[in-house]
Amino acid sequence: MTAVEDSAATRAEPRTVARLLWWRPDRAGTPIVLALVLVAGSLIFGESFASGRNLGNIALDSSYLLLIATGMTFVILSGGIDLSVGSLLALSGVLTAYGSRWGTLAAVLLPLAVCGVIGLINGLLIGRARIAPFIVTLATLLFARGLAFAVADEGNKVYIIPADLTLTQLGQARWLGLSAPVWCALVAFAAGVVVLNRTRFGQATFAIGDSQEAAELMGLPVARVRVLVYVLSALLTGLAGVLVAAQTQSGLPTIGEGRELEAIAAVVIGGTLLTGGAGSLSGTLAGVLLLKVIQNLINQVGTLTTYYQQVVSGTFLVVVVLIQSRLTRRRMR
Amino acid sequence: MSDTVTARPTRPDILTFLQAGGVYLAIALLLLFNLACTPNFATVANLRLQLVQVVPVMIVAIGMALVIATEGIDLSVGSTMAISAALLPLYLGYGTWPAIAIAMLAGAAVGCVNGSLVAFARMQPIIATLGTLVACRGLALVLADGRLTEIFDPILGALGSDSVLGIPISVLLVLVVTGAAAIAVHRAAFGRQLLAVGGNRAAATLAGLPVKRTLVIVYVISGVLAAAAGVLTTARQGASDPSFVGLLIELSAITAVVVGGTPLSGGRVRILGTLMGALLMQLITATVIQQDLPDSTARMLQAGIIVAAVYVQRGRTRA
Repeated sequence: MTAVEDSAATRAEPRTVARLLWWRPDRAGTPIVLALVLVAGSLIFGESFASGRNLGNIALDSSYLLLIATGMTFVILSGGIDLSVGSLLALSGVLTAYGSRWGTLAAVLLPLAVCGVIGLINGLLIGRARIAPFIVTLATLLFARGLAFAVADEGNKVYIIPADLTLTQLGQARWLGLSAPVWCALVAFAAGVVVLNRTRFGQATFAIGDSQEAAELMGLPVARVRVLVYVLSALLTGLAGVLVAAQTQSGLPTIGEGRELEAIAAVVIGGTLLTGGAGSLSGTLAGVLLLKVIQNLINQVGTLTTYYQQVVSGTFLVVVVLIQSRLTRRRMR
Repeated sequence: MSDTVTARPTRPDILTFLQAGGVYLAIALLLLFNLACTPNFATVANLRLQLVQVVPVMIVAIGMALVIATEGIDLSVGSTMAISAALLPLYLGYGTWPAIAIAMLAGAAVGCVNGSLVAFARMQPIIATLGTLVACRGLALVLADGRLTEIFDPILGALGSDSVLGIPISVLLVLVVTGAAAIAVHRAAFGRQLLAVGGNRAAATLAGLPVKRTLVIVYVISGVLAAAAGVLTTARQGASDPSFVGLLIELSAITAVVVGGTPLSGGRVRILGTLMGALLMQLITATVIQQDLPDSTARMLQAGIIVAAVYVQRGRTRA
């Protein structure tokens, strides 16, 4: 869909290179920056950055964030926000480890079921009771973290997933050079793209984020769609938690703090507007990769401490969003 | 919107009462429960401890309430506290008050950056302050080289632990800040500009109000208050700990504001309510701990209280 529009736009006005670069700037900006960063990284650091092993690490690191950010994209497109994902990631990981005593099936279904229920509560409070998403998910952020600590006996108990469990082997398996979480994230992402662009639910998500009143007047099931996006976000985060637990063979209630902000940042860098109604999943993918590649590059500079890393990524976030809003505004003029 | 208007007259009186005074009622109930069931609750030492513990959240939450009244949000407050804490030991050599002044100036600078990004670059407040949250925590760690520094300074020590007329100095400071904020909001032109900007920015611009200046000032106030909270926390702990000072305090502050009855949609603010919201959250934690229940229970209870508080106020806030 977008590809057709894009090529049409370039055919219509193929004037200058600049024109080509600014074509759909809200979509194209992030991939271009990503490509530049990748090229610069390979030129400066050579093998230590561009090696298959390092890129594999970046992919693995990105996969969890991509899962969360895919759900977050739906939520933000619908005009909402989901702050509970960081805590849900921890809760899901703890429940996976807790459930692993009953076998792989329980270890996967238990966290997904609990996360689904919490997502449903989010959705019902936001979609039906019409409480502000920021507040509802702030409350479930506290609740899910509390529940994770309660299950883990206040953090005193670390449940270990047995190494011979099918889940562990699946989680640590590699196919075609990519580890299992990467494949999971890619499949979930592809499914997300299809759902967002090719189904009524996806189109309704855009419509509601653009104008809830208009969507209501058109007869779209606004409440149901708003409930569903939060369930989707919670389920994808739950899946990410299962994968993290399988990878590390344990569930820690402390992980994921601040992940919600990272996911929101990735979505926004990817060009999705926080006000909802406009954006894309492909942008989110580019945003996730850009965040993770930059983090990796900063790590490559051995002299920079992790403290500087935070300074750079914070500044970077502001700069990217600034450039993006400039480009978008320019296009709208 | 329309159903809010029609629903209000038919709403039973008890709900109207809960909307206006729910926080106070909840605090009263918790106090009564503790008086009845918690041994050693009503001692001066314990009450003072509860108050002193909640001081940083209260100070940060008042700045947050002002920001939220402009339909904004300030996620960077915790990191601003860290910067202020990290600067203190670096400048104590020039005297205590200059060091405190520099810490507050740094807070104002962070607020100025936030405010400019929001007002002039028209960034979403949540993204602008998310950027400064990450960057400032890093900056604080760079400044302090990631280390905890113990501080032995008589004036800071007094700020942290002395009392005047039996009331801790930090609590007195909260009262001063609250009074100043209440006057600024209810009695000064600034307050009306603030609420106008939050209520309807387009109308405020058309009316010729200094919208951008108001926005910058609000974020600067929030930054300065956060820096003050950082100084007080450092003074009370007797150490500057930039890795952990103010971590996740933005969430506590937002919770206090919201539970206190200020809608996130802007245009309205309740200063005293915010203070009470912070107190309520502190009382819940204290009650749970003193009843020998685990910390995780406190978090889950707080989650329930937040949703209940906002659900009751639903008719007043624009959902």
